[in-house]
Amino acid sequence: MNNNQKLYRRALGDAFSKLNPRHLVRNPVMFVVEIGSLLLTVLFAFSLVGIEGPGDNPGFTGTIAAWLWFTVLFANFAEALAEGRGKAQADALRRTRTETPAKKVAAADRNAKVETVASTALRKDDLVLVEAGDLIPSDGEVVVGIAAVDESAVTGESAPVIRESGGDRSAVTGGTRVISDWLVVKITSNPGEGFLDRMISLVEGAKRQKTPNEIALTILLAGFTIVFLVVVATLLPFSIYSVQAAGQGTAVTVTVLVALLVCLIPTTIGGLLNAIGIAGMDRLIRRNVLAMSGRAVEAAGDVDVLLLDKTGTITLGNRQAVEFVPVGGVRPQELARLTQLASLADETPEGRSIVTLAEKEFDLTPNGHSTQLAEFIPFTAQTRMSGINLNGDAIRKGAPDTIAQYVREQGGTIPGALQTAVEAIARTGGTPLAVARNGRAVGVVHLKDVVKPGMKERFRQMRAMGIKTVMITGDNPLTATAIAAEAGVDDFLAEATPEAKLKLIRQYQAEGRLVAMTGDGTNDAPALAQADVAVAMNSGTQPAREAANMVDLDSDPTKLIEIVEIGKQLLMTRGALTTFSVANDVAKYFAIIPAAFAATYPALGALNFMGLATPQSAILSAVIFNALVIIALVPLALRGVPYRPLPAARLLRDNLLIYGLGGLIAPFVGIKLIDLILVALGLV
Amino acid sequence: MNAWMQISLYLVLLLLLAWPLGVTMARIYQGNVPGWLRPFRSLERLFYRLAGVDENQEMTWQQYALVLLLFNAAGFLAVYLLLRLQAWLPLNPDGLTAVSPALALNTAVSFASNTNWQFYGGETTLSYLSQMLGLAVQNFLSAASGMAVLVALMRGLSRQRTDKLGSFWVDMTRSVLYILLPLAILLAVFLVSQGVVQTFAGAETAVLLDPTDAAATTQTIARGPAASQVAIKQLGTNGGGFFNVNSAHPLENPTPLSNLIQMLAILLIPAALCFTFGDMVGSRRQGVTLLAVMVIVFVAFLGTAVYAEQQGNPRLDALAVDQTISAAQPGGNMEGKEARFGIVNSALWATATTAASNGSVNSMHDAYTPLGGLVPMLLMQLGEVIFGGVGSGLYGLLAFAIVAVFVAGLMVGRTPEYLGKKIEVYEMKMATLIILIPPLVVLLGTALAVSTSAGQSGATNPGPHGFSQILYAFSSQGNNNGSAFAGLNGSHPFYPLSGALAMLIARYWLMIPVLAIAGSLARKQIVPASAGTLPTDSLLFVGWLIAIVLLVGALAFLPALALGPIVEQLLL
Repeated sequence: MNNNQKLYRRALGDAFSKLNPRHLVRNPVMFVVEIGSLLLTVLFAFSLVGIEGPGDNPGFTGTIAAWLWFTVLFANFAEALAEGRGKAQADALRRTRTETPAKKVAAADRNAKVETVASTALRKDDLVLVEAGDLIPSDGEVVVGIAAVDESAVTGESAPVIRESGGDRSAVTGGTRVISDWLVVKITSNPGEGFLDRMISLVEGAKRQKTPNEIALTILLAGFTIVFLVVVATLLPFSIYSVQAAGQGTAVTVTVLVALLVCLIPTTIGGLLNAIGIAGMDRLIRRNVLAMSGRAVEAAGDVDVLLLDKTGTITLGNRQAVEFVPVGGVRPQELARLTQLASLADETPEGRSIVTLAEKEFDLTPNGHSTQLAEFIPFTAQTRMSGINLNGDAIRKGAPDTIAQYVREQGGTIPGALQTAVEAIARTGGTPLAVARNGRAVGVVHLKDVVKPGMKERFRQMRAMGIKTVMITGDNPLTATAIAAEAGVDDFLAEATPEAKLKLIRQYQAEGRLVAMTGDGTNDAPALAQADVAVAMNSGTQPAREAANMVDLDSDPTKLIEIVEIGKQLLMTRGALTTFSVANDVAKYFAIIPAAFAATYPALGALNFMGLATPQSAILSAVIFNALVIIALVPLALRGVPYRPLPAARLLRDNLLIYGLGGLIAPFVGIKLIDLILVALGLV
Repeated sequence: MNAWMQISLYLVLLLLLAWPLGVTMARIYQGNVPGWLRPFRSLERLFYRLAGVDENQEMTWQQYALVLLLFNAAGFLAVYLLLRLQAWLPLNPDGLTAVSPALALNTAVSFASNTNWQFYGGETTLSYLSQMLGLAVQNFLSAASGMAVLVALMRGLSRQRTDKLGSFWVDMTRSVLYILLPLAILLAVFLVSQGVVQTFAGAETAVLLDPTDAAATTQTIARGPAASQVAIKQLGTNGGGFFNVNSAHPLENPTPLSNLIQMLAILLIPAALCFTFGDMVGSRRQGVTLLAVMVIVFVAFLGTAVYAEQQGNPRLDALAVDQTISAAQPGGNMEGKEARFGIVNSALWATATTAASNGSVNSMHDAYTPLGGLVPMLLMQLGEVIFGGVGSGLYGLLAFAIVAVFVAGLMVGRTPEYLGKKIEVYEMKMATLIILIPPLVVLLGTALAVSTSAGQSGATNPGPHGFSQILYAFSSQGNNNGSAFAGLNGSHPFYPLSGALAMLIARYWLMIPVLAIAGSLARKQIVPASAGTLPTDSLLFVGWLIAIVLLVGALAFLPALALGPIVEQLLL
């Protein structure tokens, strides 16, 4: 609450400082409102000293001028509020970026000579030693060592992560802390160019550039503004001519013209456009995704094809035992018992899943075995089997061909049923694990990739949105087919190599599709660079993070789906408010036109079917409505239009009903209400 | 009831004729000339050889625009010179003198730009040579220019990764040779059968059978090669009448049948081009969608006009004029209408001629009720996109479609696409220009006129009607329609000159951005459609596009209309 108050107070202050015309000129719609406000303020000042035109009313001019200033301030406030959250986060980040001493070393060796320098003095390719308790001085790549690193300053995740040289966990971020062991890090960025620096400028919105879509919309809005400028400007000669023709009344005043202009130009969307864009980026940041540009966020809304890694994204990442298939007359329970014994010491997820399955299916508790005399045989690269020797029994499990060879070496024979069971499991996409006791094959365990719950539904929604999902896996086509069918993805790439991935992306792009993917390894970098929307895992390597246009600090590959939704939401909010804004004009015309020409052509009063009290109250009500609607829509602009995964045709119908028809009707109600209040308060 | 039957008959005939014509036109523009037209291929090739044009040499949008502008400029110059020199040239049996510079300028711009605004009476101003060699030729060429630009845009939408939009010379030649000429010849022969005059002989003097004034016992009946010019004036949405009163003249539009066929000819090619569009971009539904937009708006406006005119004018009631509908008379407001056409066929014509940028008349719009007169005025102010000019109407509507797609596309959360082409900054810039320029021209022109004495002198009516006259004139010229409210006095050079400027801007400042869009779209790749793609061939899109067209038109012109026809209607 306190935090929120601070946020609002800061936004309020910023709303005034944003009145600076140099800032507002980038937003043509609001700039015109500001000019109008200034003009009326000057007219008001003149009228106070007795200089006024025919038909002018100082009080009326002053009131309109005040509400026009409110209109600008409300828009500025919306923008400042959207920026506020990012600024607060940037401040927090900046605190972690304080100057830290760095232990510069000459060689990639823990025992090399250490020279202490300031972190800001580090240059690319310098080597530093970071020991437990030290802050990592700058972004870099681990060249030697392994350590637990607390990255909560960047990711907000309190559990430490392992960073080690080589492989896909070698990237470290400046400002994070080593909490155990040590690392030698090769610095990869010069001062001020690090990940944290980029992140600060991103969340702060300091380097925010208008996205192509925003520019196109601004052009359309500027076009509307120009037309309305001319409509209003030509209304003066039209009105003078009409006064002559009708022989009564006075020409329309500048105050009324400016009021009409501000009501007509699309101030609602013009005032909230920046806030929408900033809030969209902020929604991403709150989900711990850093987009390197607004363009990338928008592109996410356009994505046609999602490339998803099977492991970790679609499946839980580890195979799980789902069935015991005994052979050679062994009872299923016996097979389960033997396999559970063989897996007791197996700490791999597969091993643990076997223990659990035996417990679940046959009520075999893992503690029920007396294993004091047991000798556990760990898996080695040479034997490619693991197991247990207990009470004279030698139980082994391993890949079918390994076990088959083992059985033959022990002088046994392979029963035909084993081969049949193995093939049956392989056909369904599972992995068979053969089990032997004392040189005799006793059965097969069916290991299966388990699809994460809810993925099928998610992919169905994607399909409804028109997005094709493609599973990327290193599995053979047989396994891949089965998992793809189970997960409900539209297509898959089996036996995927980095080159095959890159080729697939290029192929989709050649068809005119926009491709999104996630990746973390260095070998993903080319594909990430090629993809239109590329999300790198923060746990990934530096090349991967540099090739991507977004970084997911949570390293959660399913986040891609949320990113797509945020991108769509961003565009939808802009479209909806544009429609709303323009549809509003109809009612405003019906309020202002009869009022503006009441003296010249009283007959036009027939158009005043809202029954607004007086010409002045009609114009004032329209102006007040126009200002208040900006404030009323700030929450929508910041939160975004709710997105539901529906086909485009239905989305359009729903949004047109809400924002188009709603935009047509709302101002009639709103202006009438304000008019009633003004009358009730005796203000007009 | 009778009204709706006539209107339905008209629409059914129109659509039945437009469909096969549109399909044939698509084949012609795609270079697949139908068998029965193939004998003319050698003639077509002969033209290219004579002009030194390689028909396979395609153009970029800049080249296309440049050639088009130069070609139109040459046409303008030719007409201007012809009008200035007509007194010394042949085929001038009535001995008409040279046209004044301001009027010649206005007329030359008017006909080169497919506007056909006429600040003159044909029979008292122009020689037969000027009419035939000057105006009729421009009627063909200006229509073909509009069609060529549209064809270039359609290619931009259907091609990908190229900067070539086809050859202006080829599109132009084919439009004239295979489409406009055959149709015009057919129509001219038909019109002659109905009694439209076609002769080189000069005016005839007839003795009045029942003179009302002893001093006036004879009448001069103007004649000339009218049928040939009337045919193309309707087909090419030109609208410039051979005679001053245009198709209200008994020798330009003698019978109800000639009236029906001429009305069909007004909308035929604009409607057919929707089918052409569908075929050329590979989806007939897309073309039908645009046609549906046109037909729905057309019927709504037509209904309003017919209703307003059938209601009659309460001021006439006060003068004891009988306005009731009966077997003996059409009833309603018959002022300024021909008895042989009645209310429905006059209102239908008025709506068709302003929906399309034709501008020919068979009744005087100035004499309509204010609401009835608002219909043609607003139809022009919508930017001439409801049917509109041949070619220009559809490319104008496509600019609106781009804006509609842009906003709707945002609303479904995707970078907007139209027919698989992404609509980005450049397209929006150009589409915004296309949509905004006509209202600016109309409003600024009207403002200039009402605030200068030269402009004010043109209004021949007091009160809001005088304002309507001026607004109508600029709405017509600023949207290249050419329809006149009749009654505006154009004797002061202010109107011919400001009008010429308005026509030039409205025509060519729009063609260039249209070609620029075509060029930009042609370079883009076509994105395959998916469930996430906004469908642009649905009923919903029809409604949305109508809403955008009406909203832009209404928002730009409501204040001006309020001070003209709306207040005039309220004051009745």
